[in-house]
Amino acid sequence: MGMTMTQKILANHAGLDTVVPGQLIQAKLDIVMGNDITTAVALNEFKKTGATEVFDTEKVVIVLDHFTPNKDIKAAEQCKSCRTFAYDMKVKNFFDVGKAGIEHALLPEQGIVVPGQVIIGADSHTCTYGALGAFSTGIGSTDMAIGMATGECWFKVPSAIKFNIVGKKPPHVSGKDVILHIIGKIGVDGALYRSMEFTGEGIQELTMDDRFTIANMAIEAGAKNGIFPIDDACIAYAKEHSQKPFDSYEADADAAYDEEITIDLSSLQPTVSFPHLPDNTRTIDNVGDVKIDQVVIGSCTNGRIDDMAIAADILRGKKVAEHVRTIIIPATQEIYLECIRRGYVTDFIEAGAIFSMPTCGPCLGGHMGILAAGERCVSTTNRNFVGRMGHVESEVYLASPAVAAASAIAGKIADPRKIGGNAE
Amino acid sequence: MNAKGKVLKFGDNVDTDVIIPARYLNVSSGEELAKYCMIDIDPDFTKKANTGDIIVALKNFGCGSSREHAPLAIKCAGISCVIATTFARIFYRNAINIGLPILECDEAANDIENGNEVSIDFDSGIITNHTKKRTYQGQPFPPFIKEIMAAGGLVEQTKEKIKG
Repeated sequence: MGMTMTQKILANHAGLDTVVPGQLIQAKLDIVMGNDITTAVALNEFKKTGATEVFDTEKVVIVLDHFTPNKDIKAAEQCKSCRTFAYDMKVKNFFDVGKAGIEHALLPEQGIVVPGQVIIGADSHTCTYGALGAFSTGIGSTDMAIGMATGECWFKVPSAIKFNIVGKKPPHVSGKDVILHIIGKIGVDGALYRSMEFTGEGIQELTMDDRFTIANMAIEAGAKNGIFPIDDACIAYAKEHSQKPFDSYEADADAAYDEEITIDLSSLQPTVSFPHLPDNTRTIDNVGDVKIDQVVIGSCTNGRIDDMAIAADILRGKKVAEHVRTIIIPATQEIYLECIRRGYVTDFIEAGAIFSMPTCGPCLGGHMGILAAGERCVSTTNRNFVGRMGHVESEVYLASPAVAAASAIAGKIADPRKIGGNAE
Repeated sequence: MNAKGKVLKFGDNVDTDVIIPARYLNVSSGEELAKYCMIDIDPDFTKKANTGDIIVALKNFGCGSSREHAPLAIKCAGISCVIATTFARIFYRNAINIGLPILECDEAANDIENGNEVSIDFDSGIITNHTKKRTYQGQPFPPFIKEIMAAGGLVEQTKEKIKG
């Protein structure tokens, strides 16, 4: 029996010829990553192991992005402990305010992650790098600590669901709509413990930024990882951003899958996840009249340049509704600069939005856009759990940058195809 | 290894944001986090929970964020075990790694009610409901994971390995 793409990468990193679903393995790690919240816990666990240095100063990555710039004194203390640890351990890939961006946009952009790697990150959205054809998964602080000390991690080899992507993507439908549609179809535990392997000719319709968005939200279906083929677009991206050599993997022709699901892009519409679970999806023609107080465009899910371009095209020359606080957050400093170069920052500010420095802030209810009781936010982020962005009685509606920008203008959840824009 | 206590029951998809909201993640001490355990799903949880008590929930317990603060808050609130139909995978490995016992058992998760007295034998995976006088067969840990639990978590196990 053949292996899935994920199984082949894991087998290779475990020094095995073959692995089977359910097998417990010890795999060598190419990258171990953490942020200010999770590294603060991990460094204590690291010290408890008795280790005095990290396994590889190039392969450990620490990004201060969640509660930064420091939101309060306790957050400042946490960041300080991460900073001291990074300096003491001579961590080469340490990103503090000024260099930092949202980790899952930053690592691919900086060429730190490349195809074929095994990557663990103490952040659930680490599955994002599957867009590059890597095995990449979220873990906790203790796994990060042990990963930093030993360069290894234990895994249970996952089985997989194969998503066969076909058809052409209609205007104003993006990677976000694809993944929200999938999560709505299979549920928040529809891929629990398993891989989501994306394949099919429809992949060619998806930009790398679309793929990052889709892989990013694999965790919202419970998946261990999401993974895309290492095709020409992927190789071009990796070579543009990184000097690192990389291995190509592909699933065996006779690989076994638990299920195969076909997604026809041409049938998709802009899609919104209603409170309080990402699988509570509705297509835009079924959203009804939902008045909103805030819009957030950004995050590790949708803070990339394609996302900024979509938002700018819709907001340019228009005004956001009087009662809608519109917060736009580029995910990295490089994306920020590109928004300046392309004139998007002017478009956003003239439309009545604010344009912030890179931070995870509002997505997890940290800072920079917390919601009060009864408030509603359309957000391009990834979770709409109870209290996720603030008060337990606030509501988060997950959507694409196009829907979010259109909604900011309309003052209620709106169809970007009706508001218009120059994009498509 | 065994656990015995009163049950605090929850439903499907209890996420890590309600187990420990991000507003409390600016600290990492388990004792501090425990004060806010489950606050956004049951504000009185810490008043109700006694040392040794057991959480029982339905499917996908611990979904969402990778924050280890979630199992840590539960462990430090004195909870001796979490039984669920299924666990979200990062929560599952975090719980094992920090030595919080967890058990998957659909029958127990559905049949056990809030306030029931329950005990668990981790070696056999047998769950006994003393209130309803019933037993359920949970899935015991595989040997690989039992070794981590027996060492007191992954850190303790690695410490031994590093010492050689």
